[in-house]
Amino acid sequence: MGSESFEEAIAALSKLLSDKADLESVAAAKIKQITAELEAAADPNQFDPVKRIETGFLHFKKEKYEKNPDLYGELAKGQSPKFLVFACSDSRVCPSHILDFQPGEAFMVRNIANMVPPYDKTKYSGVGAAIEYAVLHLKVENIVVIGHSCCGGIKGLMSIPDDGTTASDFIEQWVSICAPAKTKVKSECNELSFSEQCTNCEKEAVNVSLGNLLTYPFVRDAVVKKSLVLKGAHYDFVDGKFDLWNLDFNITPTLAV
Amino acid sequence: MAWLIRSKARLLVSATRPLRAPVDSFHCSRFSDLTDHSVFSFPRKWLRSKARRLNDVDDNQSGSSSSPHINRRTTVSQLEVSSNSRVRVDLFDELKQRFLSFKEHKYFREELEHFQTLKEAQSPKFMVIACADSRVCPSTILGFRPGEAFMIRNVANLVPPFENGPSETNAALEFAVKTLEVENILIIGHSCCGGIQTLMSMRDDGDSSFIKSWVTTGTVAKLRTEAAANHLSFDQQCRLCEKESINRSLLNLLTYSWIEDRVRKGLLFVHGGYYDFLNCTFEKWTLDFKGSSGEEGARLLVKDQELWC
Repeated sequence: MGSESFEEAIAALSKLLSDKADLESVAAAKIKQITAELEAAADPNQFDPVKRIETGFLHFKKEKYEKNPDLYGELAKGQSPKFLVFACSDSRVCPSHILDFQPGEAFMVRNIANMVPPYDKTKYSGVGAAIEYAVLHLKVENIVVIGHSCCGGIKGLMSIPDDGTTASDFIEQWVSICAPAKTKVKSECNELSFSEQCTNCEKEAVNVSLGNLLTYPFVRDAVVKKSLVLKGAHYDFVDGKFDLWNLDFNITPTLAV
Repeated sequence: MAWLIRSKARLLVSATRPLRAPVDSFHCSRFSDLTDHSVFSFPRKWLRSKARRLNDVDDNQSGSSSSPHINRRTTVSQLEVSSNSRVRVDLFDELKQRFLSFKEHKYFREELEHFQTLKEAQSPKFMVIACADSRVCPSTILGFRPGEAFMIRNVANLVPPFENGPSETNAALEFAVKTLEVENILIIGHSCCGGIQTLMSMRDDGDSSFIKSWVTTGTVAKLRTEAAANHLSFDQQCRLCEKESINRSLLNLLTYSWIEDRVRKGLLFVHGGYYDFLNCTFEKWTLDFKGSSGEEGARLLVKDQELWC
């Protein structure tokens, strides 16, 4: 049934075009459009990942790279971002979207639940390397740790049983970096629902990470010298809100007695 | 950790004068307090020109300025502390405007339906491992929209093998593969990578910085590059090492049994990508599992190589 009407339609079109050849280019354009629409509406299981990123890259090249030769020319020589940003790996919270960071603006670390572990060259060399590079070599002026709503990592942390048994190879060990946040929330927010406790923990974990930043001597030195500022943030994509706060830290002049 | 820092800080001060403010107190300048929506009537163009000002590149950066040893003259250090704060307030004011613009234009209008779905859950088809370099965000260069790519960003986009033990990279891999069940892992390297440059110029001089501790993950890539391309210039060797390191990381992915298992069954595909921002090209290749293995020294076979330019 469907194919009969399809063949009839094609036959009618062919007849029209054989009578009026000047309509051929219009017909061709419309057929191309229909083909593209049908391809897009096709079975989602036929997602082509390669095509997806190729389209994305070529669009970036045409609309951004080639239209801003000065900017990209400078960036090819080096980067001097003013921000080091810690954000969650969650696909919904990329700071390039929500804060519209342009190329060159933010050195960005993304990991589960945007955590900053304390100074440890053996266990946590990855994050330490990023902080060291950003603070000592790139000399960023701001570190922002951005948590977010519905964070799977924080939920995982809050769900670790009290006896400490873990079900994963690596995830629970990683999120336990912010165990002090969980302890604080469980003791102070006992009457809240699990989901509200998680929201509190998302913000409290940011504070734990900010505190952990100060265990890196080069961060502490820069903060005391006021060449570096530490901020925490929380992006709530359920309500479309963004909270931002400072960490104040200072060492007052010594009084010798 | 707050209590630990407080006690350490007291040791630094011989008197017992307390810190000016306890570590866990914070000023709240909350974006969410703003209900005046007139702030985002600023046209997009204005925001973009401000964006470029946010990041005026000092003009004494030349040559291989992604070197870890750049001597960057900061204009900020020449300002008074008070005007420093003004500059900083401007920076965060700029971010506030951008967020409000994102909220108004994308969140509530252009992609409202999309964001409603995302509130419930994410189901990205990609896990992306990219460098933390400010110039190579995959959301920008590959146009990933919210919800499309679970992303890890670390120095030099390295994936350590299973035997190195827990790290943030394998925690994220575990989540992406076992919980989110992504179908593709894409490791993206790039030109002029400072981390790779550090790796290539590292000598055994006992200097143990964090960066060196981390980039030694890529030592095999360095040795293979030096063995194959010793006759080339340092810069050319770095370019090759950037790509070789991606390949080593692809092989390291296979040292995780839950990754190797899915790749073997055709449920998960593993790709390498290389962004060259000197010429604005993107090279992509896919791991050919049948010929590759996760053993040390194993060869990597690739297929479907493409270059987009």
